[in-house]
Amino acid sequence: MALLRLPERVPGLPVLALVLLLVPLFLGNEFHLDIATQIALIAATVVGLNLLVGYGGQVSLGHAAFFGMGAYASAILTGTYGWTSMPALLCGALLVAVLAWTLGRPILRLKGHYLSMATLGMGIIIAIVINNEGWLTGGPDGLAVEPLTVLGAELSIFDHYSVLGLDVSGALLWYGLAALLLLLAVWIARNLVDSPIGRALRAVHGSEVAARVVGVDTAHYKLLIFVISAVYASVMGSFYAHYTGFITPQVASFEHSIELITMVVLGGMASTYGVILGAVLLMLLPQLLTDFQDYEMMMFGLILMLTMIFMPKGLLPTLSEALKRLRSRPATAPAGQE
Amino acid sequence: MNQTLQQRDEMSSEDAVQAAPLLAVRGLSKAFGGVHAVDELSFQILPGQIYAVIGPNGAGKTTLFNLITGLYQPDQGGVSLKGEAVQGLPPERLARLGMSRTFQNLQICMNMTALENVMLGRHLHLKRNFLAVLLRWPSLRASERTCRAQAEELIRFVGCGDYVNAEAAAMPYGALKRLEIARALATQPSILLLDEPAAGLNSTETAALEQLIRKVAAGGITVVLVEHDMKLVMSISDRILVLDYGRKLAEGTPREIRDNPDVIAAYLGG
Ligand SMILES: Nc1ncnc2c1ncn2[C@@H]1O[C@H](COP(=O)(O)OP(=O)(O)OP(=O)(O)O)[C@@H](O)[C@H]1O
Ligand SMILES: [Mg+2]
Repeated sequence: MALLRLPERVPGLPVLALVLLLVPLFLGNEFHLDIATQIALIAATVVGLNLLVGYGGQVSLGHAAFFGMGAYASAILTGTYGWTSMPALLCGALLVAVLAWTLGRPILRLKGHYLSMATLGMGIIIAIVINNEGWLTGGPDGLAVEPLTVLGAELSIFDHYSVLGLDVSGALLWYGLAALLLLLAVWIARNLVDSPIGRALRAVHGSEVAARVVGVDTAHYKLLIFVISAVYASVMGSFYAHYTGFITPQVASFEHSIELITMVVLGGMASTYGVILGAVLLMLLPQLLTDFQDYEMMMFGLILMLTMIFMPKGLLPTLSEALKRLRSRPATAPAGQE
Repeated sequence: MNQTLQQRDEMSSEDAVQAAPLLAVRGLSKAFGGVHAVDELSFQILPGQIYAVIGPNGAGKTTLFNLITGLYQPDQGGVSLKGEAVQGLPPERLARLGMSRTFQNLQICMNMTALENVMLGRHLHLKRNFLAVLLRWPSLRASERTCRAQAEELIRFVGCGDYVNAEAAAMPYGALKRLEIARALATQPSILLLDEPAAGLNSTETAALEQLIRKVAAGGITVVLVEHDMKLVMSISDRILVLDYGRKLAEGTPREIRDNPDVIAAYLGG
């Protein structure tokens, strides 16, 4: 009953901030904190992917490639070439933006399955390049990554730092950074969605002809959002690389792309907070099923299928609709026409 | 609302008699395989007119609209808007030139609210600076507020005031038909093409629609109307074009059309 008295619209960003703030209090050890940090970074990636897939209705099955490119750009530029973290991250993001723009122009002319196939092919090619160019990427063995440097100082999970006189572990600081990044990702995504650009984008999904006859250059907006979501992935890939300290071609793999898209579908397409929930659930899944590691891909496939069949709108939208129905049941019938 | 519409209109109806055509179609043809959907069609629409296009099912009315609004490329012939050749331009370009339309099979974005659908119609008139959007600058907030107010006013103007914040997917058919008109009006068109706006409406709704179209036309917007409801067409139109198998069967005032033996034989009588 108490649930029914919740306000009609929950202010998402403050609630998310509060949850992110409270999470460390409930985590027993550094291992849990580690998972929470990874979840936040992946969730931010998925928030970006959702702009393309959920709001724009353009399926990308190769998004991990952009994540991987960001990760490798940071690893290589800071490791091999001695750059600091931020220029490396920005350079990776720029590279990904240019690539997404170049590939997106022909790819986004395709619709439905053709678009999925083209992005799938693109992802696989990029993953193969990362795998094969061992002189640069370390090949299948992977690559160690320098710790993140922020304003000249290294942020390492193995160190302790003094913040305002308090002794704080590097792991906790990293969690704080990841949480901030997630909040920033959500804030920007919400700003985009609730704007002329966001409406144009959602209209591409809702009715492309309607969008065009009111003057929306739909091709331009599809490309724009493809680039934006790719840059989201690239930036998060860079942070992820610095955080984990070691990356393998797995980050750019087809399997990783499927994980990302499953998070969007499970959590709820076109629901920014839904896809965060999707990321949380699917990142926790392997932790709960450590004995079934070989079957991880199968689990993702199964979840994808079951969600599509039984809950096509995804978890959060389905839940909130059920809640609304529950609430309006005792109320009078909806207002008639006129 | 009327006032805003009035301001945009550059010609009052008195001038219209002498004025050059707002829309001119010359020798327009489009075939699908062997079907000549639109065949060597020519006609002109003067500014400020309510111009109806009628004809039996499959006569080519929707195809004509799709050709005029740039969704189809013509095989032959030309279209000019305000004296400028526009055939072959994509719809998003034509929207900038003041062309707007609705669809026979509703084209509402069901993933948005009623308000957002109409705000979408303001697209070309809004600031869309990328950085301002990302960071939600005050200038953007202000332009969004204005846009929201304008969209609300338009929704009330078309008689959907109850549905301002409704999800489009939850709205009844009749309201969606009018919502689509509100979205088209939001572009501030000089010419508005309505494809069967009365289809599926009951007689009360049709009467309300008639009043709405009159108000739109009174605001100075040229209206092109495809409609099967003869009572509505006869009472509201300045001129009527009758299509049959993609060709012009007759054109004239409602009275001329009613008395035209060809029309009686081929269409009204049949
Ligand atoms: N995209 C298309 N592909 C193939 N044939 C088409 C296409 N669009 C229309 N046609 C054909 O062109 C002819 C004219 O169709 P159109 O839809 O323009 O008729 P209409 O006058 O709008 O009919 P209605 O009153 O039923 O809406 C029909 O024979 C139709 O089958
Ligand atoms: Mg038709």
